[in-house]
Amino acid sequence: MSPIIDVEHLNYRYPQQAADQLTLTDISFSVAPGEWVAVVGHNGSGKSTLAKNLNGLLAPESGTITVAGQVLSAETVWDVRRQIGMVFQNPDNQFVGATVEDDVAFSLENQGIPRDEMLTRVAQALKQVNMQDFATREPARLSGGQKQRVALAGMIAARPRILILDEATSMLDPQGRAEVLQTIRAMKANSELTVLSITHDIDEAASANRILVINDGHLEEAGTPAEIFAHGEALINLGLDMPYAERLKAALKRQGVQVPTSYLTEKGMADWLWQLRSNK
Amino acid sequence: MMSKLIFGRFIPGNSVIHRMDPRAKLLLSFYFIGIIFIANNWPTYVVLFAFTFAAIALSGVKWSFFINGVKPLIWLILFTVILQVLFSSGGGQVYWKWGIITISQFGLINGVYIFCRFVLIIFMSTLLTLTTPPLELSDAIEYILMPLKAVRFPVYEVALMLSIALRFVPTLMDETEKIMNAQRARGVDFGEGNIFQQMRAVVPLLIPLFVSSFNRAEDLATAMEARGYQGGEGRSKFRVLKWHNRDTWATVIFVILTGVLVYLRA
Repeated sequence: MSPIIDVEHLNYRYPQQAADQLTLTDISFSVAPGEWVAVVGHNGSGKSTLAKNLNGLLAPESGTITVAGQVLSAETVWDVRRQIGMVFQNPDNQFVGATVEDDVAFSLENQGIPRDEMLTRVAQALKQVNMQDFATREPARLSGGQKQRVALAGMIAARPRILILDEATSMLDPQGRAEVLQTIRAMKANSELTVLSITHDIDEAASANRILVINDGHLEEAGTPAEIFAHGEALINLGLDMPYAERLKAALKRQGVQVPTSYLTEKGMADWLWQLRSNK
Repeated sequence: MMSKLIFGRFIPGNSVIHRMDPRAKLLLSFYFIGIIFIANNWPTYVVLFAFTFAAIALSGVKWSFFINGVKPLIWLILFTVILQVLFSSGGGQVYWKWGIITISQFGLINGVYIFCRFVLIIFMSTLLTLTTPPLELSDAIEYILMPLKAVRFPVYEVALMLSIALRFVPTLMDETEKIMNAQRARGVDFGEGNIFQQMRAVVPLLIPLFVSSFNRAEDLATAMEARGYQGGEGRSKFRVLKWHNRDTWATVIFVILTGVLVYLRA
């Protein structure tokens, strides 16, 4: 199957930067349809810049970006944006509409969709994120997690094929974060959606199919969560927290317990601990 | 501090006036302010007050809101009335005269008329804002400005700015409160000392507020562009305004009112 996102030798530099300082250097990767890819890295490693390059909010210095078969250029940029839904970090600053339903309808209004269809799509989308009771509420009366769910409803209504989460859960409390991730999983289950999430959150990265590690504008490594999490304590240097199982392993190691070096999920860890005690 | 501000607030309700089309309400309120100036004797003012009170009763909004709406402006009203009373010359019986200051029958009656006009205008505009959500008002303004498109006035853009501004008012209020408290925690005294000290204390509030507004604007513009906003042309609209029978009836009532006023005026 041909990839839905294909990036080749992408270089990007902000206008105020010197010629030899690139924010993104020679990035190449591709994402298959329906895949969930997490992009991780330090603050300032270029993750958000990469996301903005993908839908043409920033124009690369060199390299090609192909989204759903279309090469990104000045002519195709609006078609490409229609394929990509983006949810940003700050729930307050991306809420365009004066009420919840207005905000969900904003993308549809931009596409010139007739009002009758808008009404059904907005109602459907709000139901899917479980915000139907809040349709006429104003953003000032919603919590952060609710605002991000409204942002997601806006994406559901616009029906993009790709969803980019640019640290969409980083300003939420653990409960709001869980709600938003739950909603995205439900969205993915209902349609073949490709998700690219830029994140520092370990749970979000762990639920991905693949993780791309970006360091100082280079693509440092790409692999499955199991491969990446096997780095153990080196994860902290990559801008990621350690998963609970890894932290437990590190603590056991300090107590002198022989632990397996490969990555274990929480369930795998529980099984291993179970066996460890019963072998004695 | 801000919660005491009545002007521009909206009280949810389900009266006939609440359900009227915002365009009708906005235009008729302006029209009402215009026809107040037709009135020039007691019967006409009695009719206008009766009409205003009937509208207020119909809206089901508490009277105290209207009284509170007049309160902040009472000094301005009294100042104007007193000027009118003291400096209007001639007409009717002169009660008292000292230099250029004259208190005459004519002046006193005019002063009372001006007081009535102020109260009527404030009551009617308060009724408009109390019964119409700000968002509907901005829709109504967009619709009313539509003819200006012919002279290349950017109606969509102005309407968008208006609705974004309205949407960010509570967000920015919250932020102001937060910055004020943060600065208080660091030892800034707001509202203390003489006028210069008070003005100086506002700086650590205003600058962060401006900077954060710039950042918000940047983020919002990015989000809007990512969601396919290419300007006003070719957009469809989610919210539509509907003109009902009640709006036609309200217009008819206003026309009758105008007729009565013209008939009764001296």
